[in-house]
Amino acid sequence: MSRRDDQATGRAGVRRTVTRTLVVLAGMFAFAFALVPLYDVFCDLTGLNGKTSARAQPLVEQEVDASRMVTVQFITRGSQGLPWHLEVNTRQIRLHPGQREEVFFTFRNNGDATTLARAVPSVSPSAASLHLRKLTCFCFQEQQLAAGETLKAPLVFQLTRDLPADIKTVTLVYTLYPVQSAQAEVARRESITEGDSA
Amino acid sequence: MRRLLVWMAVGVMLSALTPIALANGWNMPVGVTALSRDIYSLHMIIFWICVVIGVIVFGAMFYSLFRYRHSRGAKAATFHEHTSVEVIWTAIPLLILVAMAVPATATLKTMYDASEADLDVMVTGQQWRWRYDYLGEDVAFTSNLSTSREQISGTSEKGENYLLEVDEPLVLPVGQKVRLLLTSDDVIHSWWVPDLAVKQDAVPGFVNENWVRIDEPGIYRGQCAELCGRNHGFMPVVVEAVEPERFEEWMAKRKEAAQQEAMSADREWSLEELMARGEQTYGAVCAACHQPDGGGSPPAFPALAGNQALLEEPERHINVVIDGVAGSAMPAFRNTLSPVEIAAVVTYERNAWGNDAGDTVQPSEIAERLAAQGE
Amino acid sequence: MASHLPPKPTPQHSTTTAGGMAESGHARPRGLMRWLLTTNHKEIGTLYLLFSLTMFFIGGIFALVVRAELFQPGLQLVQPEFFNQMTTMHGLIMVFGAIMPAFVGLANWMVPLQIGAPDMALPRLNNFSFWLLPVAFLLLLSTLLMPGGGPNFGWTFYAPLSTTYAPPSTSFFILSLHLAGISSILGAINIIATILNLRAPGMRMMDMPLFVWTWLITAFLLIAVMPVLAGVITMMLMDINFGTSFFNAAGGGDPVLFQHLFWFFGHPEVYIMILPAFGIVSAIIPTFSRKRLFGYASMVYATAAIAILSFMVWAHHMFIVGLPLVAELFFMYTTMLIAVPTGVKVFNWVATMFRGSISFEPPMLFALAFVVQFTVGGFSGLMLAIAPADFQYHDTYFVVAHFHYVLVPGALFAILAGAYYWLPKWTGHYPSVRLSQWHFWLSVIGVNLTFFPMHFSGLAGMPRRIPDYALQFADFNLVSSLGGFLFGASQLLFVLVIIKCVRGGEKAPAKAWEGAEDLEWSVPSPAPLHTFETPPTFQPREH
Repeated sequence: MSRRDDQATGRAGVRRTVTRTLVVLAGMFAFAFALVPLYDVFCDLTGLNGKTSARAQPLVEQEVDASRMVTVQFITRGSQGLPWHLEVNTRQIRLHPGQREEVFFTFRNNGDATTLARAVPSVSPSAASLHLRKLTCFCFQEQQLAAGETLKAPLVFQLTRDLPADIKTVTLVYTLYPVQSAQAEVARRESITEGDSA
Repeated sequence: MRRLLVWMAVGVMLSALTPIALANGWNMPVGVTALSRDIYSLHMIIFWICVVIGVIVFGAMFYSLFRYRHSRGAKAATFHEHTSVEVIWTAIPLLILVAMAVPATATLKTMYDASEADLDVMVTGQQWRWRYDYLGEDVAFTSNLSTSREQISGTSEKGENYLLEVDEPLVLPVGQKVRLLLTSDDVIHSWWVPDLAVKQDAVPGFVNENWVRIDEPGIYRGQCAELCGRNHGFMPVVVEAVEPERFEEWMAKRKEAAQQEAMSADREWSLEELMARGEQTYGAVCAACHQPDGGGSPPAFPALAGNQALLEEPERHINVVIDGVAGSAMPAFRNTLSPVEIAAVVTYERNAWGNDAGDTVQPSEIAERLAAQGE
Repeated sequence: MASHLPPKPTPQHSTTTAGGMAESGHARPRGLMRWLLTTNHKEIGTLYLLFSLTMFFIGGIFALVVRAELFQPGLQLVQPEFFNQMTTMHGLIMVFGAIMPAFVGLANWMVPLQIGAPDMALPRLNNFSFWLLPVAFLLLLSTLLMPGGGPNFGWTFYAPLSTTYAPPSTSFFILSLHLAGISSILGAINIIATILNLRAPGMRMMDMPLFVWTWLITAFLLIAVMPVLAGVITMMLMDINFGTSFFNAAGGGDPVLFQHLFWFFGHPEVYIMILPAFGIVSAIIPTFSRKRLFGYASMVYATAAIAILSFMVWAHHMFIVGLPLVAELFFMYTTMLIAVPTGVKVFNWVATMFRGSISFEPPMLFALAFVVQFTVGGFSGLMLAIAPADFQYHDTYFVVAHFHYVLVPGALFAILAGAYYWLPKWTGHYPSVRLSQWHFWLSVIGVNLTFFPMHFSGLAGMPRRIPDYALQFADFNLVSSLGGFLFGASQLLFVLVIIKCVRGGEKAPAKAWEGAEDLEWSVPSPAPLHTFETPPTFQPREH
């Protein structure tokens, strides 16, 4: 093979290699973003992180497992910068797996303006989140309350019978977070970094 | 061959020295829980496995370096592969690893079983303090670094528990299974006490759990283990483990004190009283960020001294202390400070370092306001 | 062995200068423009190496600020805000500015020489990917002067500390990381294209020197994970500036997702920083043992196995973040598995020395120190793999000791070994033996004084990234700081060695080391600007 031929095949080879690596590159960049929804799917499947479904799930019609009791605790948390109060009518209940239960949460806006907030749920132990079915929950959407307004909202849920036997206490935590439009968020950050507020 | 033996003997002697080193705070603490002892023994097993492999590999290497020196006229052999030897040294480590994985798996399973706890404590990380809620007990408080700034800057002698001491420790009963629920108000923190072998991340918006059953009464110290900003190094954890009876007493006393504090909110406080109390609270809770002289460290932490917005808008000032500021290090103090403390610290901030609002904020105002808000 | 033909400049290369060789026609740029516009793999390799050395000293100064503050308990020199910026910048600069560009520089110089290629496959791209780096790092360093300071959230920049709670300069930090990432990606494409297409006739894949093999695998890792880093920092940028909530729990995001994404990049990244080191050491040990590398094929397979495993172990950095039990077990087992191919490599190096004819020239000293100290880092890595024990080790100085053992007496020593090994080829002179030995021994003593006590302080309970510590850690930190300054100062000797070696010294023949076998030793020392214009005929050694 002459040198010229050699170079020609070499150059074609380089072009082929570069094209292929660029395809892989684009694929991996897209993959990184695809990992975000994939992660959520993964969390739903494995209960990773104690995330609960963001949509209402139907009740599973099943016989109540009267042979064991599970304690369900409810914890509400506020968060900084949100003059809201969230309260639950009972701190903990005892129930049988398979049973449908209802508890009430009360939201109250103590501020002097209408604001939006979202209660972000988390379940511990995280393995329990696979067996927690929420039929109705205020956490599926944002809440809007006018100044001084109060809202009573139910959480209707079921712990299915297949809840692992070693889980005897399930803790549901709801943290209230302010919801802001993207523009408000940027403006707020700028005002903080300028350091002009108390 | 004789050299090899000599080197192996040196290796064995060196490793015999390690127990001495281990006794002097050079090693992982054995700790005071069944799990911490399990973890310690796993740590020592894998350590000794590494030592043995190290002695063999480095032994063979240094033997070759001495024995086959070019300067001694060594002639190089020509072999460059040997399938059965290569298979053996792939297979043996694999077997060792399997042997190691078995006890590690068992320990891990125990660690993950937080069920049937006698007591639940919620641990919340905040920049830069820990907050403890005894669930179902109406007892909650924050635990702040109590080492003085003078000790840190070196103008006074450092105490024995320098940086590992807090104003109010987490008190736990010994012999009982305590479930810890961990979360955070701002960034990720990590709650760690080496003697309890508990280290768990506190992630904002999510709840993790871990558990501990302490065998011996005592004071156990640890620190935040996840970089959480400026004062990451100044966020200790102190656990005081006491007998269950003493724990009950402590709990009763804590509740009584809280009640008295609540009652003291009803009376009228003078400016001097509020300033004195406020200075105390400010020093424990606010000074880490806003600085003892109120100068802050902008842009992250605004100055309070000479802050016009603060002086002109007392309402807003109170709101910021009660509700915090979203997306910043300023937490909501509505649940962690009493009405008296909130009133005192706001009054202090309005009248210290040349600020001259001259007004007082009365504890009763704050108490009423919080009551109306359902706190 | 390959026959060497004198280089002949061809019109194809007329845009580059021909280092003193006569070349007619075009006017060659001189001075600064020559370096700015060069497309020659050797000149670009030199640029990369000099850039890396500069960054090594800048990152080193940041490390010394950290060590000086930690010299004794209390806050003496810097405030915590600045301390956090120093630890962060030290990590970022050493990883992305010193170690990675050093390997790319060595690849630029040596890969074409080792496979008998006239240059890199894409010379102009090569120039571009280098010049992105100074821009990226000037931008990164300039954030230190911006209001609120530079990045202060650790080189792992966990959200939300690096998003919601980050200083205003974070967007610039992200931009600079994007630039450095693009540079790495382009460099990797170039290396892959060169290795796959420009090998000398007759050289099969399994004939390539291990440095070429390890770099090929490294380049594939870069292609696979740098886009993921780009993705994750883009998400950060969007969270900061456009109100999205990828990592913000308040908006339905998840801070732990950040860690999954980061470590999906980050774990292969740490192998990116060690695989080429394996290649360098696998060249040096046979040379100075005067014996062929033991288990060439198993070395290649072990490297590939490590690379594949690196995609399956990322969550071992997250054992205490609250993963479910099944995930903890999976990542513990896969992590332990890495010990097997890594062990094979160490055993092969020892078997290469066994019954060899060993001499201790400076490159060999560094390579031997690499083997021992990297193995120490491997041992602590194995300990860290045991998930229950990691609950105690995690985020302590034990981890700091571990990864510094792998990266400083590991990767960095391999780079130094490579520099000593190839300096005769680059400059035509042997480096001064006496100075090199001083450099070696002071470095070994310094590095172990610095990092060995960190095992103890970590086990005793000292967390990472703290500017001040409890009194029981004082002795360990004192020793570490003294060691750190010794190590830092002794690196000045390396600069002296290089300067002296460029200026003069004992002349090196084409084959500078008696036992050296690869193709680069068939071209004259110093290697002329253009080599292998006509491909050499490669005679594979019989297996």
